[in-house]
Formats: sequence, C-alpha cells, structure tokens
Amino acid sequence: MNHILLIDFGSTYTKITAVDIDNEIVLGTARGITTVETDIMNGLNQAIDALFLKTGKLKFSKVLGCSSAAGGLKMVAVGLVPELTAEAAKRAALGAGAKIMGVYGNELNEYEIQEIAQLQPEIILLAGGTNGGNKEVILHNARMLTTLGKDIPVIVAGNKSVAPQVVKTLLEAMTEVVHTENVMPKLNELNIEPARETIRSVFLRRIVEAKGLNKANQFVDDVVMPTPAAVLKAAELLSKGTEYEPGLGDLMVVDIGGATTDVYSIAKGDPTKTNVALRGLPEPFAKRTVEGDLGMRYSATALFKAAGAKRIADYANVSAEDVEAYVEKVEANIEYLPQNEIEKKVEIAMGKACTSLAVERHVGQLETIFTCFGSAFVQKGKDLSDVKTVVGTGGVIVHHEQPKEILKGAAYSESTPEMLKPECPKYLIDEEYIMASMGLLGEVYPDVAVRMMKKYIVRG
Amino acid sequence: MENNKVKVILGVIGADCHAVGNKILNYAFTSAGFEVVNLGVLVPQEEFVNAAIETDAKAILVASLYGHGEIDCRGLRERCRESGLGDILLYVGGNLVVGKTDFTEVHKKFIEMGYDRVYEPGILPDQVVIDLKNDLGL
Ligand code: B12
Repeated sequence: MNHILLIDFGSTYTKITAVDIDNEIVLGTARGITTVETDIMNGLNQAIDALFLKTGKLKFSKVLGCSSAAGGLKMVAVGLVPELTAEAAKRAALGAGAKIMGVYGNELNEYEIQEIAQLQPEIILLAGGTNGGNKEVILHNARMLTTLGKDIPVIVAGNKSVAPQVVKTLLEAMTEVVHTENVMPKLNELNIEPARETIRSVFLRRIVEAKGLNKANQFVDDVVMPTPAAVLKAAELLSKGTEYEPGLGDLMVVDIGGATTDVYSIAKGDPTKTNVALRGLPEPFAKRTVEGDLGMRYSATALFKAAGAKRIADYANVSAEDVEAYVEKVEANIEYLPQNEIEKKVEIAMGKACTSLAVERHVGQLETIFTCFGSAFVQKGKDLSDVKTVVGTGGVIVHHEQPKEILKGAAYSESTPEMLKPECPKYLIDEEYIMASMGLLGEVYPDVAVRMMKKYIVRG
Repeated sequence: MENNKVKVILGVIGADCHAVGNKILNYAFTSAGFEVVNLGVLVPQEEFVNAAIETDAKAILVASLYGHGEIDCRGLRERCRESGLGDILLYVGGNLVVGKTDFTEVHKKFIEMGYDRVYEPGILPDQVVIDLKNDLGL
C-alpha cells in the first residue's frame, strides 16, 4: 500500500490530505490550526489526529508540504521601467507563489529604501535593463540595497552585462546573493522561468528554516514550495496533462480568500479575433495575479470601494444600503456568517464581485483605436475568451453552498466588451479542496495527480 | 556578441499600420551592424521612450506614413527629456504630412519639434544609415 500525506501550512489552518496512490483516491482530509509561532508540529498533530479518527491509523511512504504560513513568501521586486523589467520581475515573483509587498522602478531613493526595510521582504528580486541595455540603474539600485541595514537574500535577474558587478556590490552587505538569467533578456521578451526556479530554491534553503517550518522536518520530507506555487503547478498539470493522461486544455482558476483573490490562467492567450494587433509585454503561459484589495473579510471595505455598492447590489438584487450594512458587519467581525436571505445574497454578490474584478485585471483588454479612416484593434494581455474551464478553489468557494454563482463573475459581460474574459466556460469546483495538494503530488506522481483532479474537481 | 552592438529603436508611430517600410528599415539597419529593437506598427510615444530606457538605445527612428505625423510626433522630445533620455537622437521619416506639402516647411516644423533629422518620402535607407553613423561618431 502506497499512502502519501500532503500538507498545506496555511495562514490560519494546516490542511492535510491523505492519498492512496494505488487506488487513486483521497483517503481523507482534515485540518488543524497553524501553529507557526510556537511549534508548527502542534497544529499538524492536531490535524493528523483528526484525520486518523476518520481513516484509522495510516502509514505514509512520503510526506510533502507547501506553505503560506506566517504571511506567505514576502517579496519585493525591483526593475527599471515600471511597464517592462519591473513588471517582468513582479510576474516572476507572483509565478513563484510570492506575496508581493512592493514593486519599484527606476533609481531607488532613500525613502524607498526605508520603505523596503519596513516591508521586511524575505527575498528581493532585482532586475533592470535588457542584456546589453541599461547598466547604471541596476548598479545604482544594488548600491542602494546595501544600505538597507538588513541581511535579505537578493536574486539578481537583470542586464547580464553588469551582473557580476551587481552581485559583488550586493555581497558587501548581504550573505545570500544569487544570480540567474535576466527576466527580460531582450525588449518585450519575458524569461521568468529561471527566476521562478531560483526563488523556489532560495525559499527551500533559507525561508523554510527562517519561518520555523523546518521543525516539521522529522515528519515532513520536504516543504517544497509556497502554496500558490503548488496551486499554479496543479493548474498547469490539469490543463496540459501528462504524456499518459490528457489534460483539460486552457483553463482558469479563481481562489477567493478573506484578504485577497488569486487568479491563475493556463493559456497562451493569443488574439481570437481578426484584425487585432498584439502590444505590450508578452504574457506568461502559466500566469498568476493577486488582488490585495479584493477579499471577503479583511478586504471587504476595499472590495466595496473597488466594486462600488451598485455593482454588488445589482448582483444581489438588494439595495445599496443592505450591501453597506453587511460590509460593515463582516469587516468588524471577520468570523461573521450570513444570517438571513438578504445577507446570503450579499455574500454571494461580494464573491462574484471579487471574481469579476480579479478576472478583469487578469485578462487582456481590447482597445479600439479610432482613426479618421476607421477603427483598428490593439490587444494588451491575454485573450481568454476561448477558455472553456473555470475552476473555483480556496476556502470561500469550496465551503460555499452556491459556488457557481460566485464563479460566474469570471465570464464575459456585454457591459464590458473590451475585457477578454471567457465567453462561455463551464465551472468546476475543487470540492475536496485538494488543488494545492495535487500540485505537490504532481512533483512525484504527475499522472496520478492529473487523474485525481479530473475525478475530484467536479462540475458546480 | 550582438550585445555590444549599438541599439536603435524603430517603430511606426500612432494609429499607423503601414508595415512594409518598417521591415525594410529593420533589414537595412541590421545589415549595417546595428541591433534594431523593432517595435513594429501602432506604437504609442510612451513605448518608444520605455524601450530606449530599458535597452540603452542610442537613437529612436520614428516612422509615420499615413499623414498624421505632425499630431503623432509632437511631444516625443519633451517626453524623452522628462524620462531622462535627454538629447537622444530622434529621426523621423515616411509621409509625414498629407499630400504634397512643401518639404522645407515640413522639415522646419519637425526640427522645431525636437527631431534631429527629418526625411523626405523618397529617401534611401542607406543614406539614413550613413547619417546615423556620422551622428554617433562611428
Ligand atoms: C500598401 C499601402 C497601404 C496598405 C498597408 C499594408 C501594410 N500593412 O503595410 C493599406 C491598404 C492597409 C493602407 C492603408 C492606408 N493607407 Co496606405 N498606402 C500604401 C502604399 C500603396 C504603399 C506603402 C508601402 O508599403 N510602401 C513601400 C515602402 C517600402 O515605402 P514606405 O512605407 O514609404 O517607406 C519608405 C520611406 O518612406 C522611408 N521611411 C519610412 N519610414 C521611415 C522612417 C524613418 C525614420 C526614415 C528615415 C525613413 C522612413 O523608408 C522606407 C523604405 O524606403 C502607399 C502609397 C505609396 N506608394 O507609398 C499608401 C499610402 C502610404 N497610404 C495612404 C493612406 C492615406 C492610407 C489610409 C489612410 C487609406 C484609407 N483611406 O484607409 C490607410 C491608413 C491605415 C492606417 N491606419 O495606417 C497615403 C498616405 C497619404 C499621406 N501621408 O499623405 C499613401 C501615401 C497613398 C496616397 N498617395 O494617398 N495603405
């Protein structure tokens, strides 16, 4: 018998999934409180006890973990032009599953250095300049970073022509400086995979220990990646499949939380309409975006501002006052759950607004250029109108009675025709809440992971 | 390595889709030993500037074929100064205005807008290459 235990050390809960590899079934799931402040094993043991109550005692041949405990992997990205290398650095960090504390472009000044010091990132990704391009700014920024007064691992992924000098400068103040390929070797050419890999290896070597996750080491073989990276990996597997197990093709994943909403897309996103010119930075095939102002509890007020009372009220078919009252309630008491029909409707509408706005910021846009001679179209970002599958995961969606209503916010809307959102997708729900686990499982048994996702992630 | 080559930014500005001249210029400057960062057609001013900053380009070659050159090209020099590119070389060519306006007028107007060289419609790419090499002291 081959049983594997997969652990997600979340910010609040430690969630575990026991999998029977031979029969490709989930034996059971359970959760405990994440106890990273004291000893991470306390919460994990709690979860394991709960699991064994359901399944009986199990033996595991392998135990793998991912983590977003203690605030997730906090990163700062630095580049030159905000729309170019700074954006590329940000995308690399997001793809690695990081929580982005700040993105900086151009020459860093003293105020920004103070700000970065206060943000307390665990890794800094330093880019700037295409290969053979601008050298001065990344050198300046390296010098500025040495005045941080903090020893933070720095990953250098900028103009290769000055990489050695940049690394040398940083080493004057930092112990861990790792050099990798430029996130933008040529103008408008995105190369984020090497930076993603490097972030992951620094996470493994340094951050796992710094966060006290290594205390779980006697039990857990490896805490291999940040949780969002595991979800991205799962999404990629489910989309592309493996050599022996076909995937579902292009897809999108939405994960709504109390504070943020994450959107993942696995798709090339080329124009689907004719007469469209593609502009701007190319998009990563596997793309993740995070919206810090869209969430159901901690970010309820921010969501209210971003979406507007009317949008939420219209979705819910209630009055704007009802929406406002509910938002105040949940922001004051994040444990609050809807108590009556109106509150239930508002709760769904808030989720739908999170989905809708987060997907609008994730997908590309079609801009019409009016000339005296007719109109031309310019596409920036991914055209996801042909994406046929939208998957919902994360606590809010998974535990909801009507997850599909929330996910419908992902679909194309005639009121915003410029947003290249999926036109007629089907909705799947990660009912057992196993996506992060399947991303981990995919590291060792990719075929099994694909088949299990196809089995357990079902129509909403 | 091609990275030691001098970089020039090339693009067709504004809502202009004429792509053929762009390909010819790209070919001409590449053969002459430059690294051409070609932004293609439909390029907003901002993208010329951003590209020049990130790649440390030494010149920006702006094309406008469809007759709106004056509106589209105005303000690019100011934008360069604003972004720290200062007096980077700016060349412009194509069919800059509608119809057969007297070229000395056109020339004067674009020089005043801050362009270093302004070309007539029939210009041969080789001449432009020679001019650029001179201006850069190559
Ligand atoms: C083919 C063509 C089109 C095609 C373009 C296809 C494509 N994707 O490229 C289509 C049919 C789409 C088209 C559309 C239009 N076109 Co048209 N088109 C032409 C045409 C016939 C040839 C252009 C061409 O490819 N020339 C060959 C290349 C090699 O030459 P070139 O572009 O001029 O470039 C050379 C030089 O100018 C110079 N150069 C160019 N750029 C630069 C930049 C620098 C820095 C330098 C130094 C030199 C330089 O070097 C190049 C190489 O030698 C010309 C007429 C003509 N014979 O030139 C009209 C012409 C350019 N078009 C014209 C017009 C008006 C239009 C439209 C507005 C028509 C309409 N009413 O819809 C639209 C505009 C669409 C848009 N938004 O851009 C006018 C422009 C009038 C003006 N400026 O006074 C022209 C001149 C025709 C005319 N005589 O009226 N067009």
